[in-house]
Amino acid sequence: MSDNVIEARGLLKLYGGARVVDAIDLSIRRGEIFGLLGPNGAGKTTTILMMLGLTEISGGSVNVLGFNPVRQPLEVKRRVGYLPDAVGFYDNLSARENLIYIARLLDIPRRETEARIMEALRSVDLADVADKRVATYSRGMRQRLGIAEIVMKKAEVAILDEPTSGLDPHATFELLEMIRRLKRGGVAVLLSSHLLDRVQSVCDRVALFNQGKIALMGTVVELANKVLGAGHPLLIEATGRDVSGTLGSIAGVRQVVSAGEGAWRVTADHDVRAEVAQRIVSAGGALTKLSDLQPSLEEVYTRYFQEARHAA
Amino acid sequence: MPRSLGGREGSPFTGIGPVYVKELADHLSSVRMLVLTLFIIVFGAFPVASSLQQLRTTIGSDAYLFLRIFTIEPEQVPIPFVQALNFVIPLMAIGLGFDLVNSEFNRRTLSRVLSQPLYRDALLLGKFLAGLTTLAVALAALWLIVFGAGLLLLGLPPRGVEVARALGFLLVAVAYGGVWLAVAMFFSVVFRSTATSALSALGLWLFFFILWPLIAQAITRAFVPPEITSLDQYIGLQELALALQRLSPGTLFSEAVLALLNPETRTLGPMLPSQMRGAIMGAPLPLGQSLLLIWPQVTGLIAGMIVVFSASYVIFQREEVRA
Repeated sequence: MSDNVIEARGLLKLYGGARVVDAIDLSIRRGEIFGLLGPNGAGKTTTILMMLGLTEISGGSVNVLGFNPVRQPLEVKRRVGYLPDAVGFYDNLSARENLIYIARLLDIPRRETEARIMEALRSVDLADVADKRVATYSRGMRQRLGIAEIVMKKAEVAILDEPTSGLDPHATFELLEMIRRLKRGGVAVLLSSHLLDRVQSVCDRVALFNQGKIALMGTVVELANKVLGAGHPLLIEATGRDVSGTLGSIAGVRQVVSAGEGAWRVTADHDVRAEVAQRIVSAGGALTKLSDLQPSLEEVYTRYFQEARHAA
Repeated sequence: MPRSLGGREGSPFTGIGPVYVKELADHLSSVRMLVLTLFIIVFGAFPVASSLQQLRTTIGSDAYLFLRIFTIEPEQVPIPFVQALNFVIPLMAIGLGFDLVNSEFNRRTLSRVLSQPLYRDALLLGKFLAGLTTLAVALAALWLIVFGAGLLLLGLPPRGVEVARALGFLLVAVAYGGVWLAVAMFFSVVFRSTATSALSALGLWLFFFILWPLIAQAITRAFVPPEITSLDQYIGLQELALALQRLSPGTLFSEAVLALLNPETRTLGPMLPSQMRGAIMGAPLPLGQSLLLIWPQVTGLIAGMIVVFSASYVIFQREEVRA
């Protein structure tokens, strides 16, 4: 078997003539965290549902862990954990009872059920509220219970749809930590999101969805180079006469843009930080800040969609 | 998933057991069930208590005394027990079924459950069977209460044939409930809002109870020629009226129950003098003959249940799981 746990080729979904997912190619490797990014309605959830065999495929093919979700949905669903967008549980039941139901559906041997449930609940810090009704749970706790379900299932692939939406920063942080833990356990994770900076910190690779197509795919750095152009972006704060002129005259600097009072953003072909410092100081100015800007996914995203709109 | 139906692998019944057990536990422990039970007891106990009172005065004069508990029309409360059931069973079935599927949508549990290794078939069938079982349990409890009350208050053990007829009545009642459960479930698949589906099911129930008899009459009247010239014509009209009435599950239920609990019933349609030849008026039919008589009614009820269930099944298969 190849190293890819999910492989989609020309995957297509039509809704009354509209191409919601437009012939995408996608492969997700064993043990990586892959992010599906894009605005709402770009086709992320539909793609996920097709991988699980929960919605019909209009064309192309998808292969999950060597199984075809159209013909062998039970095999796929036995091995893949799914946390839907805004996951729901049976509110009148406790977390434990909710998981018992799923364990029965998964046909987990009764002797193991209790131990696996408690282990899963411990791994998401819900063990001490295991017998409280889910109605009393916060949104973050529900998401964690969803992760616990995937842990209990011993899934090889976890598909998380907007796992962090609607969570406060602390809950988001905790959840991302649990996603990293899944990965450490050897689970390939596919997550969809529109919260870019959060996703950036956990994803090994991302795919940018736009109108049913994958616009870009690769690591965050690769995407940045593609969209923002190669080079080193710097942020400089300095005082002195004609700082921008000084900056512009440095060899290798391609662009100087004002970024507010006494601040400039510089794009250069190579790392020009040493030269920048030297020139500003020798011109009699004072350098108060000089930072190397990491390419941010947010920037890539914004820039990409700006350009896409201009092109349209 | 019409395209994939042919080639999919694995049994459609995978996972039906857990779904059934969970749904049954949900039903039996729910407050709603308590309310429904209360409802059915009030509705059932009242006519039964009154008919028992009346029956105590006629002990000994009737071979099928025990069955009369179900059918007699008490003086104080002019509703026989079976007629109360005819009315209450649909209500109960609708109460159990109107949110079977759409509540899973609204709680957003559907996609999570369907991402487990089971087909939609198992989910739907498991839910239906659990609802039917709940209904059967409630009706059996009621049936036993009536039977027990009869034993106590009449002080007369029922004969074997009476028990058999009463059991048949229970089965017909469950089948009748099944039709309405299927109807309620159908609406719960079609409508996302539980209120809409409850209203639609109740609307259909009221339609069949109040409007349909009138409409059936009006339709029949439209076919009446200016002058009825032959017996065949007259019978034809009668049969048309009956056929229309029988589209309502309530009619099928009352006819089946009538023949079961009143062994003297010889026919459920118009009767010709020629058919009466040699018959002893008021003589009861044997159980086998009564069963033969209601066979179409019972088949009709079960067929209706299956047809409505299949309709919801087809719609549910095509439904998108996205909320």
